Amino acid sequence: MKDVKVLGPGCARCKTTEEMVKVEAAKLGIDVSVEKITDYEAIAKFGIVSTPGIVIDGKVVHAGGLPKTDDLQRWLQA
Amino acid sequence: MTTQALPLKRSTGAWIGGIALAVAIWFAVYRQLQPFSRWAVAQLPIPQGSALASSVEFFIYDTPKVLMLLTLVVFAMGVVRSFFSPERTRAILAGKREGLGNVAAAGLGIFTPFCSCSAVPLFVGFVSAGVPLGVTFSFLIAAPMINEVALGLLFALLGWKVALTYLAFGLTIAIVSGWVIGRLHLEGWLEEWVRNIRAGDVDLQPDELTWIDRFEAGWDAVKEIVGKVWYWIIAGIAVGAFIHGYVPAELLSRIMGADAWWSVPAAVLLGVPMYSNAAGIIPVVEALLGKGAALGTVLAFMMSVIALSLPEMIILRKVLSVKLIAVFVAVVASGILAVGFLFNFLFS
Repeated sequence: MKDVKVLGPGCARCKTTEEMVKVEAAKLGIDVSVEKITDYEAIAKFGIVSTPGIVIDGKVVHAGGLPKTDDLQRWLQA
Repeated sequence: MTTQALPLKRSTGAWIGGIALAVAIWFAVYRQLQPFSRWAVAQLPIPQGSALASSVEFFIYDTPKVLMLLTLVVFAMGVVRSFFSPERTRAILAGKREGLGNVAAAGLGIFTPFCSCSAVPLFVGFVSAGVPLGVTFSFLIAAPMINEVALGLLFALLGWKVALTYLAFGLTIAIVSGWVIGRLHLEGWLEEWVRNIRAGDVDLQPDELTWIDRFEAGWDAVKEIVGKVWYWIIAGIAVGAFIHGYVPAELLSRIMGADAWWSVPAAVLLGVPMYSNAAGIIPVVEALLGKGAALGTVLAFMMSVIALSLPEMIILRKVLSVKLIAVFVAVVASGILAVGFLFNFLFS
């Protein structure tokens, strides 16, 4: 079970990112728990400057803008 | 996103060829816009030379013109911006001293991708990484005000002189305002949690981007920005068209002309509660200038609408105390006033 966190205050792109994570994980048959983090303080603690950010198993893999689907698949498989 | 889902691998050559072709078509169409709008208005059952005809022609001409220019500018800047990221900008600015740091922050503000929904994470991320408060403000003022859309459209619609002056004065306001805020030592006016936070340091190793990635970034920017702002633009052009057709030039030059000194502060005040992005306000600016409004007054209005927006202040309230927001607004508004007066003085 991979623990995925989507960091973002709740803008449209953050929601899209969350959806993308779920869709790609389902495609790859990877079991994930997706948690959305909207609290500014919690987001800041991860050290990212631009949202949406993606954290997989505690590691920041992406910050700023929508992720690309093939990158997302690569991160989920890593 | 649909393009990314395709298993198609485009080559750099195909991209360059495609861009060249698209630019050629772009120019061919662009040259026909003016004759087309005249012809289209002549077909309509409205009296030629009337205010309505003048408004309609402005609208029919400006809508495709602005959208086409915007597409071109946003694509080019999307490619340029793929060389910058807020994380990289922060790394450059962290530990920079004030003065030079303010200059660097304002300059980077032009190119670093920035969205107002990211303003808070960005602010906290900068401050917690040791970027001085004043330097952070220089960035935060420059990023929305001097963006690619504003500069590109000013250049295209009003010429390089206006665009360059806007750039120069926008940078000056961002640098000086940030520096002043830094001198005031207002770190204590940040919200408690912001002062205490020690942000983790991310070491994002971005993949080396190829030119194809950069072109794709440009195209993504077009889809996202043009897709998001087109209705602002149409609204802005509609207002511009109304001014163009119906507002008497004599009235406007009396209210917004260089002789009316009070018009500059009035323009700034009027701009604060108004929220539009650069793309929506520039057609209005174009129409106002065409009617004899003074350049300084109009630029002050434009800067105030873009740089001092109520929604952004509400977002920033999460990290800044009301006192600090008030100082921020006062300093930036003074800068804009100074620019407005100076312009009217210099160009009248």
